Amino acid sequence: MSAANGAGARPAVEVRDLCVSMIGSGVPIVSGVSFDVAERETLGLVGESGSGKSTVAVALLGFARPGLEITGGSVRIGEVEVLDLKDEALREARGELVSYVPQDPAAGLNPAHRIGTQLREAFQVHEKLGKNELRGRIEELLKAVNLPTDKQFLRCYPHQLSGGQQQRVVIAIAFACRPRLIVLDEPTTGLDVTTQRYILETINDMAANFGASAVYVSHDLPAVAEVAARTAVMYAGRIVEVATTEQLFSQPRHPYSAGLLNAAPSAHQANRLVGIEGRPPRPGHWPQGCSYAPRCPHARADCRQAVPPLAPTESGSLVRCLHPMAVSDGGVLRLVPSPKPEVKGGEALEIERLVADYGGRQILHEVGFAVKEGECTAVVGESGSGKTTLARCLVGLHTRWDGEIRLDGESLRQGARERSREQLRRMQYIFQNPFGSLNPTMTVAENIEEPLRHFESLSRNERRAKALEVLGTVHLGEDFADVLPGRISGGERQRVAVGRALVVNPEVLVCDEITSALDVSVQALLVEQLRDLQMQRGLTMVFITHNLAVVRSIAQNVIVLQTGTIVEAGSVEGVLSAPKHPYTRQLLEDLPTLDPAEQATAGGAK
Amino acid sequence: MHAEADSGAVVPGPGSPEAGGQQGLSHWMRVHPVTSMIVRRILLGVVTIVMIAIIVYAATLVIPGNAATAILGRNAQPAKVVQLEKELGLNEPVLTRFVNWAENAIQLNFGNSLGEGVAVTQREKATENSVTSLARDRLANSAILVAAAALISTLLGLLTGVYAAYRRDGFFDTVGSVVSLVASALPEFVVAIFCVLLFATSLFTWFPAISVLEPGQSILSEPEKLVLPVLALVIVVTPYMFRMTRGAMIEALDSDYVEFARMKGASTARIAFRHALPNALPPIIQVVGLNLLFLAGGIVLVEAIFNFPGIGSMLVAAINGRDVNEIQFIVILLAVFYVLLNIITDVCVLLVTPRRRYPR
Ligand code: SF4
Repeated sequence: MSAANGAGARPAVEVRDLCVSMIGSGVPIVSGVSFDVAERETLGLVGESGSGKSTVAVALLGFARPGLEITGGSVRIGEVEVLDLKDEALREARGELVSYVPQDPAAGLNPAHRIGTQLREAFQVHEKLGKNELRGRIEELLKAVNLPTDKQFLRCYPHQLSGGQQQRVVIAIAFACRPRLIVLDEPTTGLDVTTQRYILETINDMAANFGASAVYVSHDLPAVAEVAARTAVMYAGRIVEVATTEQLFSQPRHPYSAGLLNAAPSAHQANRLVGIEGRPPRPGHWPQGCSYAPRCPHARADCRQAVPPLAPTESGSLVRCLHPMAVSDGGVLRLVPSPKPEVKGGEALEIERLVADYGGRQILHEVGFAVKEGECTAVVGESGSGKTTLARCLVGLHTRWDGEIRLDGESLRQGARERSREQLRRMQYIFQNPFGSLNPTMTVAENIEEPLRHFESLSRNERRAKALEVLGTVHLGEDFADVLPGRISGGERQRVAVGRALVVNPEVLVCDEITSALDVSVQALLVEQLRDLQMQRGLTMVFITHNLAVVRSIAQNVIVLQTGTIVEAGSVEGVLSAPKHPYTRQLLEDLPTLDPAEQATAGGAK
Repeated sequence: MHAEADSGAVVPGPGSPEAGGQQGLSHWMRVHPVTSMIVRRILLGVVTIVMIAIIVYAATLVIPGNAATAILGRNAQPAKVVQLEKELGLNEPVLTRFVNWAENAIQLNFGNSLGEGVAVTQREKATENSVTSLARDRLANSAILVAAAALISTLLGLLTGVYAAYRRDGFFDTVGSVVSLVASALPEFVVAIFCVLLFATSLFTWFPAISVLEPGQSILSEPEKLVLPVLALVIVVTPYMFRMTRGAMIEALDSDYVEFARMKGASTARIAFRHALPNALPPIIQVVGLNLLFLAGGIVLVEAIFNFPGIGSMLVAAINGRDVNEIQFIVILLAVFYVLLNIITDVCVLLVTPRRRYPR
């Protein structure tokens, strides 16, 4: 039995040569994707944005997003060939034979309908049930996903629930008709680790109890490691490697798989993150031969001739590479520890007894810490911990606070407007959302020049020169200067945002969840870049994140925030290796991890 | 509804610190999101109406001439004008006149039509010449006109908009979008004259070109006279309905919850009417409200062109006759309509938006 095939003789789900293209131009988005899923098995489908994994996910339900069409292949679930189904039969199959859990539960639930209505619908579109039976089935479902079953809960609207509750409702809907296959499309993205852990456990339990096969699509390698026995890696519309999850994460054979692993941060070790330079080819611009060749460190001339076949290796996995990495190569890079910056003596930023409220509710309770010059302090917490409010107080966007914030010994006023221009220049802020923070009507260079207008009186040419210089610093290059932000990727946009902050030569950089929307390979590049800047320029940073693993790679000190109170603070090494507070310990335990040894001790999701 | 808001409370779950009670200032707003909005809007509306009364009164002073010169004509003897001004009470100081008017208006007595030459001494008691009784029949006619136009254009716009959105970029959608763009670029008097040319005079002579009636006669007794004015108004407002409905539906159909509904196996009709439409309703309701407001203003021109016996043409006549009482009455009537409609629109929007009805 090879790793490409699930256990048993005839797999429950068989996908062969699935192809999806753009309507009209015929440009392929997904090309020749094949895999099997055994009964009760969960297959991981991993890839970065644009890899086509989500297109594959919906194609398993015979669906193509607007502008796309399924152009060939076969999706067999049980005895049914999904791609042959038409209209009414296809409608019947969706939800009953194969169901779907969308990425964003808040957007997947209809905001105009009550939870009860949406749960009922899952049954009603497929079968006629009596009132009592319907109620019984819903109750059973809600119990299975550990949600309240009372009337009050059913009368809630989606926005009245927490993110985790919304996601569990969606999972309940997906399992309602006991489908043979469940497709989970990034179901835990955007959830807190604790909630995420809970959802992963729910998915595992449900798949086992309801006897369903599952395809778990994600860009989050550790999350996949928690739920999937086998994993397929996608790159540029094709599967490049299929192996057991354990094999894949310990000994990746395809250079891209290895690249992804080297980019993933670990909470247990301060690894040097290695990003993958360049960007995946866009649809219609797939290079000849191996699509990964332009970025592949092992590429040779023959790689560019024809698309390599997905061939079995001696270790039992399938790899689409002419020169797969030797078994011993995998994971080597992960052990390179990240360099430590030199920290000078003085305290760049001091926060004392910071109290802030919002809408009559106290968000921060007497928060105090200090950041030394050239040092990076991470602020970790889940949503609702007050970490973003803290950042907004620091830069003067949140004005209702009390206490003391000192920048280089000078105490700061509450609002940004009351602060001096020099103080504003010295502390810059990078937002979470690179889409919202750049002006879409101005070019990249103009966006970067914008703060110069406020802080310095320079001529047009001087401003332009500075913008170009900064573009070099953030490794984007002058090619990007005259493009509009809408035309570049999320990671590039976030680098532009970093550039815009750097252009005025700040001493302190406040980064609010700046990597949370990025793919790991891009996140790795950004994190490394920020650390380079920290080392070269002696930049002081406050790095706000919910991702403990990233903390390990970028910060020297960490404070853990829980509902507006600091529960633990200290060196990253100390806090993450030997957490004292139960909350910190919980966060670390809930964090999905790639390391099989640690997986055994953590959480116990399997 | 309030009971629901209280009992349908947020169920606390892991990582939802929001579950903590919010007290203090925000408390009453939580309990009465609808009521507090209505109260605010009514207060604001009263202020608006008072301002409009003052501004319109001032405007009637600015246009040259008054009711007396309008009745007697340009060549009247000055002595007679003075005499009539005295009888109409126009010789009193402006402020006194306005205060008198306002005092009566608060008691819903809007005075008599000045055009009928009723002496000031009789102004206190309501006669058959009171503006309210003069306007009654015309008001009914105008209401019928607006209601008919609103009903037809809303239904038409809604259905075509939903269909065009569902078959996006199809033949119907493309044609509909072009036609609606052209139609919405035409001013209403052009549309009205075009209707007359096409259906009353040159090409077809199906309907009367003008809609004159006996005083006191209802338009319903001769419904064929209603057709062209309604048609003109429908042509003017339907494009907005169509475009707004189409846009709102497209946005809803593109949403994740519609995709999820599809993945659940919901049928096409169910997706359009149960999933997309409820979410497209807020903007649609808003444009229906806007259209009604537009119609209330639009009747002034359309009624004048068709000589339709409604309050729009009455307003035009009143302005020509410098009949301050009539002008004030009609304008305030329209203003009240505006204010009420705005409140109703906003309440409806609130009612179909659970997110706002039940704040977290
Ligand atoms: S085929 Fe060549 S270019 Fe492609 S991944 Fe393998 S070594 Fe790299």
